[in-house]
This record gives sequence, C-alpha cells and structure tokens, in this order.
Amino acid sequence: MSISTENPMLTTPFRIKGVRKETHDTFTLELESQNGKFSFEPGQFNMLYVYGIGEVPISISSDPTKPDGRLTHTAREVGVVTKAMKQMRTGDTLGVRGPFGTRWPLEEAVGRDVVIVTGGIGLAPLRPALYQLIAKRNQYRKVVLLYGARTPDEILYQKELQKWGGEFDLEVHVTVDRATGAWRGNVGVVTTLISRALFDPSNAIAMVCGPEIMMRYTIQELGKRGISNERIYVSMERNMKCAIGFCGHCQFGPMFVCQDGPVFQFNQIAPFFGKQEV
Amino acid sequence: MSKQLSLKMPKARTERAEESKFILEASHLGQLLSALIGKGYRAIGPTVRDGAIVYDELHSLRDLPVGYTDEQAPGCYRLEKGGGRAFFNYTVGPQSWKKFLHPPSLRLWKADREDHRFQVVQEIEQTTKFAFLGVRSCELQAILIQDKVFMGGQFVDPVYQACRDNIFVVAVNCTKPGGTCFCQSMGTGPKATVGFDLALTEVLEAKAHYFVLEVGSKKGAEVLAEIPYRQADKKRIQTANRILARSAKRMGRAMDQTNLKELLYKNYEHPRWKEVASRCLSCANCTMACPTCFCTTVEDLTDLTGQHAERWRKWDSCFAMDFSYIYGGSVRRSVKSRYRQWMTHKLATWVDQFGMSGCVGCGRCITWCPVGIDITEEVRAIRGQTSKPKSPKSYKEKN
Repeated sequence: MSISTENPMLTTPFRIKGVRKETHDTFTLELESQNGKFSFEPGQFNMLYVYGIGEVPISISSDPTKPDGRLTHTAREVGVVTKAMKQMRTGDTLGVRGPFGTRWPLEEAVGRDVVIVTGGIGLAPLRPALYQLIAKRNQYRKVVLLYGARTPDEILYQKELQKWGGEFDLEVHVTVDRATGAWRGNVGVVTTLISRALFDPSNAIAMVCGPEIMMRYTIQELGKRGISNERIYVSMERNMKCAIGFCGHCQFGPMFVCQDGPVFQFNQIAPFFGKQEV
Repeated sequence: MSKQLSLKMPKARTERAEESKFILEASHLGQLLSALIGKGYRAIGPTVRDGAIVYDELHSLRDLPVGYTDEQAPGCYRLEKGGGRAFFNYTVGPQSWKKFLHPPSLRLWKADREDHRFQVVQEIEQTTKFAFLGVRSCELQAILIQDKVFMGGQFVDPVYQACRDNIFVVAVNCTKPGGTCFCQSMGTGPKATVGFDLALTEVLEAKAHYFVLEVGSKKGAEVLAEIPYRQADKKRIQTANRILARSAKRMGRAMDQTNLKELLYKNYEHPRWKEVASRCLSCANCTMACPTCFCTTVEDLTDLTGQHAERWRKWDSCFAMDFSYIYGGSVRRSVKSRYRQWMTHKLATWVDQFGMSGCVGCGRCITWCPVGIDITEEVRAIRGQTSKPKSPKSYKEKN
C-alpha cells in the first residue's frame, strides 16, 4: 500500500527496477518499493507521478499472488506524462499513490466459467486477474481469453499469451484487425470470437476491458450468448486527478470511477453506458 | 454568567426554546467581534469591495456593509448604499465560505531532486482559526454538504478538515431574501437550524435595533458569556419570528423538488439541453460562485533548474473542455453535455453520491451567470412546464 492516510495526495517514490518495451508505443515499468512490499487486488490502479511533469492513473499489471513486491504497470505513450514515462530508465524514480479502485470479480467467479474479452492495452489490467486464475486454476471451470489487437505487432505479452494457451488449460484466442506479414491467425474485431468460444453462458462470468466502443459491442455479443448484465464486469476509464473522490473529474453518472470503479458490474452502469458524452 | 444555567433546566419545550433565545443589542455587536478576535480567531465577514459584498477579514464593525442593500436578478447584481443602520440587509455575494475551507489554489507538496531520486516534502501549514460572521442558512447547509464530500467518505481531505474543525460560526438569519434566492423551496433557509455556534436575527425598528440570538454549541455559549446580553422576551422573539416567516414568503424563486432526481435521470436526452447550450457560454462562473461545487485539478510545476518541483491543487470546473479529457479527446465535447453534467450532478447524481442535493438555493449561479441562465427555470423546462420566466410576484402568490 502506498496511500498516506494523513495526506492521500502525497506520492511515494519507487525505484524503477526494469523497463521493457512491449510494442512500438507500449512499455512495462517494473517498480520496487522501499520496503519491498506492495499488495493490491487485480483490477486496481495506481497514480503514477513523473517528477515535475504530472500524474496519471495506470492499471497494475503484475502478479498479485506473489508477495515479492514486484509491481509492474504497462502503459501506452499517449500524452505528456506517459511519453516522459517511456523515456525512464532503470534506477530512475517514479512517484506512486495507490492502489485505488475496485477489483475484478474473482471470488464471484469461483465454480464458474470465466470469459475475458480485451482489446489493445486493455489486456494489461486483466493480467493480474489471469495470474490469479492460473494460480487457483482448479477453483474455476473453463477459462477463455479473447484478445484483439490492431496488428500482429501490437499484440501485448506475446510470450505469455502463448504460454497461457499452451500450459495452463486456458482457451486463448487472439485476433487482429489488420493482418500483416506472416500472421496466420484470426482477422477481425474481437467480438467475432465470442460466438465460437466454448463456455457455458448460464454459468459464466465475463470480464471486459478495452475501448468503450469495443466494450459496447462485446456486451451485446455476450448478451446474445446469454450472459446477463449482472455477470458482465467492465473496467472504465475517465480523467482522474486525485483518485480519492475529491477532484470530480472521473464522474460517470453517479459513479466516481476512481472509487466505485474502475471495475463495474455492468448492470450498475448500464443506464449511462453508451449514452453520448456522459 | 448565571443566565447560562437556565439553558440546562428542564422546562416545557416551547418555554425552553424561548429561554434559549437572548437579546444582543446592536450596539454590542462590536463586542461580539472583539470577543472572537480576543479568542484568537481571525474574523471573516461581509465587506464591500468592487461594488459587491465579499467575505474578508473584519477588524471592526466599520468593515461591515452597514446600510447596504443588494438587488439580484438573473445575470444582474447591484449593491446600493441606501443608508440606514442595518448590518445585514443584503443577501449573499459572489463569494462563499468555500474560499476559506476549500482554497481556490493550494500547494499540496514540494519535491526536491537529487540525481535519479526525489524526496517529497509535505506541506505543513499553520491552520488558521477562522470565525465566520454572517453565515447565511443556505451557506451553512453548503458547508455541511462539503463536509460530506471531504470528510464523509473513505478518504478525508486533511486541509479541509484542519480548517473545518477550528471554525466558529456566527449565522445570520435572512430577513430580506434576494431576487434569485430559493432556499425556502430547498429546505435550507432562511433560518439557520443547525451547524452554528451562534445565530443572529437582526431586528431594526424605529426606536430599537437588536439581535435575537440563539446558542448552537458550547463554544457559542462560551463566547456569549463574554459579551453583554439579556434573556429574550416573548415580544421580541415574536417580532423576529414574524420577520423570518415573512422572509420565507418573499423568495425571488422556487425549485420544485418533487422526484427531481428521477426526472433528471430520465431526461439525459431532453431537447432543453440543446436549447440551454445555445445560451450557455461555458464560462464556469456558476461553478466558481457555487458554495458546494468542489471539483479541482492539479498542476505539477518545476523551477528553472528542475531540481525543485511542486504540486498545486486548483478549483476546476466541469464546464472546461479539458475537464473530461482522456486519450483520444474530451468525453464531454459539447456545451450541451457539460451543462447537463453540471445540473444533473448538482440536483440528481449528487443525491446518490452524498445522500443530499448539491443545491442549497442560494441563487449565486443565477445572479452570476453572464447570460442569466436560471437553474430553477431549467428544471421547470425539463418538467415540461412553461419556459417563460415567471415574475417573483407569482412565486409570492404561489407560496
């Protein structure tokens, strides 16, 4: 934990232990806390501060089952802060506040089929959930991961995807919007994978993370397969300045995405989801 | 003083209510101010600056806007010195007590860099003990709402709490509501009922000028003990009650609360949002003037050497385009969606977030809107009622 109860806006310096380039615009930072500990729940995020530049919310992408304090975040270079973050090197210091927010429903999913549908960097906030599913694999029935990227070069965590599909009794399907080079896999948006994935809709829980438009069509497809809104969980993204419910920026209808989310049971937000400019 | 003891004696309820009211002669108001300053409070109250009532430090009663009255209407504020001896014969100005409890600009922390590392230094600020003199009932309710926002959840804002825990509140009941006031319909005024240490109702008659005073806390009783006062008699209490009852009927506006939350939840797609957006300048005045709006942004800065960084928190507004910016663009690009966000938050989603409305009926957003958008009128329009503004008179008749 790295939230001061006295002043929850105070950031804590963490040392960067490793930097890894994932794709042309994504990277993973491995961080190390001073006391070597950091516990969190899958789905939660941290506010990461680049000295003098700014602070942004980034999902935690490391393994929550390992108590070694290994803390990783995978981010995409999209703005001033993430651009500066991408240039950071091992030994540099990054400010951390967190963890914040709600978790993926891994307890609720015990004894059920689990369907994970993600797009692009949306895989990062689901990686901790996958680690936990794998660590307690016998508690869950079928585990299906459907992942869509724009191009084969933009597929995140490629080695792990292969490993998960091969070694851990996970059904992994990857698709790309545009095939390039030697790609021989699926082509098309991730929602096209839903109709043919093998799971029991009457006893499945779905976890969805990606662009809102992708999530909207995913929810439709999951609905067609028979998964009701109560058993679909989505992770939302909004502007955040504080992550503690004070700044007001992340409001989505009555929800504060920082505290009531980012992971929502879909029926909670269904009345607002898909409405323009809420 | 021995009179204080009577507060605790068991009496019939009405009698006790009367006994807990006191008379403070207007000529002794200065002693109240001195007593507060003497107790180490920094006294803040209404004073005149740039043609408006603002809240600032009071050194003596001369700083109060004696003899001033204000006129308020949509997009219109006029302060006049009509003469007379009244201390509080005006309503709220553009500022609220929010500027003290939730400062517009605040440094949260500093950091210094050494090689690849940086050290964060927490800001340790001396907490000022504020005595707020002249807090209106709607404003007290606004403070209670912000208490819920900053102290009622999982996290507590330490800056707000430190300031809040040390304030002394002298409420002033509104005897002359303004043209944009609607606290009566919001159930937030004109008489202060909770949250004060002392409350005053000013009575100015041909041959008498006094305050009917109520004690709201132990702190209040302690201050009262230091100034001259006497037990209130029935006649004076009735006079004050009559003035406040009349005040409640003279609200310039009203907002119908019936199913308001449900109404707004149902009407995200109402054509009125587009209509109001054609008038709204998205200037954020309403959010700055609002005593409950709490949104902030942060700014990260460095000095020229890059060895010293700071983080500042500043008031922000949901009317700003970049307020909802995420990668790819702002979520609320249109003025229509931003006005809808503000009003729906204030009157509907706020209720689900904090268990109460975010509006106290102070009317500031109406008065200080440069184009005179009237939130009570917008509610009526969404209800499908007339969109033609009613005159204050028709409200008077209705109420």
